[in-house]
Amino acid sequence: MNYRGIYSLYYFELKRFFRTIIQSILSPILTTSLYFLVFGSAIGSRISNINGIDYGSFILPGLVMLTILSNSLSNASFSIFFKKFNQTIGELFAAPLSSFEIVIAFVGASATKSMIIGLIIISTSMFFIDLEISHPLLMLFFLLLISITFSLFGLIIGIFADNFERLSLIPILLLTPLSFLGGVFYSIDMLPDIWRNVSLLNPILYLISGFRWSFYEISDVSLLTSLITILTFLTLCILFITYIFKTGYKLKN
Amino acid sequence: MLEIKNVTKTYNYSYKALDGVNLSVKSGEIFALLGPNGAGKSTLINSICGVVNFDSGNISVDGYDVIKNWRKAKTLIGLVPQELNLEQFEKVIDNINFSRGIHGKAPDNQYIEDLMKELSLFDKKENKLRELSGGMKRRVLIAKALSHQPKILFLDEPTASVDPELRKDFWEVVKRLKQRGITIILTTHYIHEAQELADRVAIINNGKIILVDETSELLKKMGEKKIHIKLNEKIDNLPDSLKKLNVEINGNGNLFFRFNSANGHNKIDDVLNFLKNNNYSVKDLSTEESSLEEIFIKLVEENRNELSRNL
Repeated sequence: MNYRGIYSLYYFELKRFFRTIIQSILSPILTTSLYFLVFGSAIGSRISNINGIDYGSFILPGLVMLTILSNSLSNASFSIFFKKFNQTIGELFAAPLSSFEIVIAFVGASATKSMIIGLIIISTSMFFIDLEISHPLLMLFFLLLISITFSLFGLIIGIFADNFERLSLIPILLLTPLSFLGGVFYSIDMLPDIWRNVSLLNPILYLISGFRWSFYEISDVSLLTSLITILTFLTLCILFITYIFKTGYKLKN
Repeated sequence: MLEIKNVTKTYNYSYKALDGVNLSVKSGEIFALLGPNGAGKSTLINSICGVVNFDSGNISVDGYDVIKNWRKAKTLIGLVPQELNLEQFEKVIDNINFSRGIHGKAPDNQYIEDLMKELSLFDKKENKLRELSGGMKRRVLIAKALSHQPKILFLDEPTASVDPELRKDFWEVVKRLKQRGITIILTTHYIHEAQELADRVAIINNGKIILVDETSELLKKMGEKKIHIKLNEKIDNLPDSLKKLNVEINGNGNLFFRFNSANGHNKIDDVLNFLKNNNYSVKDLSTEESSLEEIFIKLVEENRNELSRNL
């Protein structure tokens, strides 16, 4: 293994985040504060507790997940797309780095950024709610697993994208609607049966549900189902990215 | 140092960029790869360096197969790409250190400092790449390629869009690298550059190597001399004896002819004897040697004609 090579690429990618540190940190703090103000305090005060949890606390795992998903996706997709766009990706293929090592570095950097932002959001929430995490290690495990999975997904999007428009197509058209409809702001038990069943087709619901369980031991679907869903998606991403790097599709031709 | 055997590469299932390329480059030499646009020069270099997947054949660097022993082979290779592909928002020093890092080498500040000084980059080390001129960016690319101390350096059109002064500076750098024992393979459009630098040249066209030879030998074997003879008297009609010697008249009524000294027979004596015997007095005589560029154009043209005949 070229450990030094992995670290160099990881650090180089991570530096992009630290170069825009104010923007990178301020933006999620501001957005989360606004969500807490609007949904938690203004609207939330008119909503009764959900499964014994006050509304502000209830939406916290969903808000963290919302940011983590979009950040992981955009970090990784932008990183690899930018290297394709400015044609510096060739340098990586000319270096003694395996495809696996390149993926570890990109995904590692993207997931690290997402984890930092996730933890900042959780810290920010303490100004608005009484933070309570029943299973902190499980919460961190979910955070890490989802950051890695969606960074891999982002890498695939970045490789397939031929221009900036396509780069933002999936996040805008797929991820944002699915995230909002995946139980960030409500429990699916609050929905009519038909919409409840439709919601069960939304994979994001399983991620939010599992993550919420680590906070309050409440969930829309079982913890095991959530874990299986994430691991299945992670496996699919790994298989797909392996195929891309093995064939050089959209990268070496 | 570099062995290429029967390498092929086809793009989009139809365009054959490399068609059974065979090549051998000796350790420590400067080897120039010449060819017109789309001939396959960059595809060949990128195939060796792992930037492009080739379809079949074998490539080895210093005995290491680039597929089976790819990690070892890539450690020995430095690549200066054709385009000025750089992370524009990064500092020069960070970019160079990054290249060393991804090649698995531990940081070596002294070596990197010396390298930057040699390439006149030291003063610019804290500058962002977008602040540099095209010529300086080209130097950064060379520094990046040398950052991990490779044994073999590929330069893909390294002096494209570089002003003549910088080009000469660059030639000096290449000569110094050769002195250090680095094998250098360069592609170039400037045939004068190959003539100036290369020990050997290969000419590639339509994905095939059509000729490999030592630069001096190639010039000797294929280079022609053009002799211009200015007479005191103007000749309107060329005598048959001179026509037989392929002598021609130019617009000013002066004579000229081509000959290749490698062919053995020296026509100069024949022409001058004829002029002397027929009372023509020579006012001036000058010679013009063909350049590698003329040889290159001739060879590519011949190859094109041969391909058209085979179609």
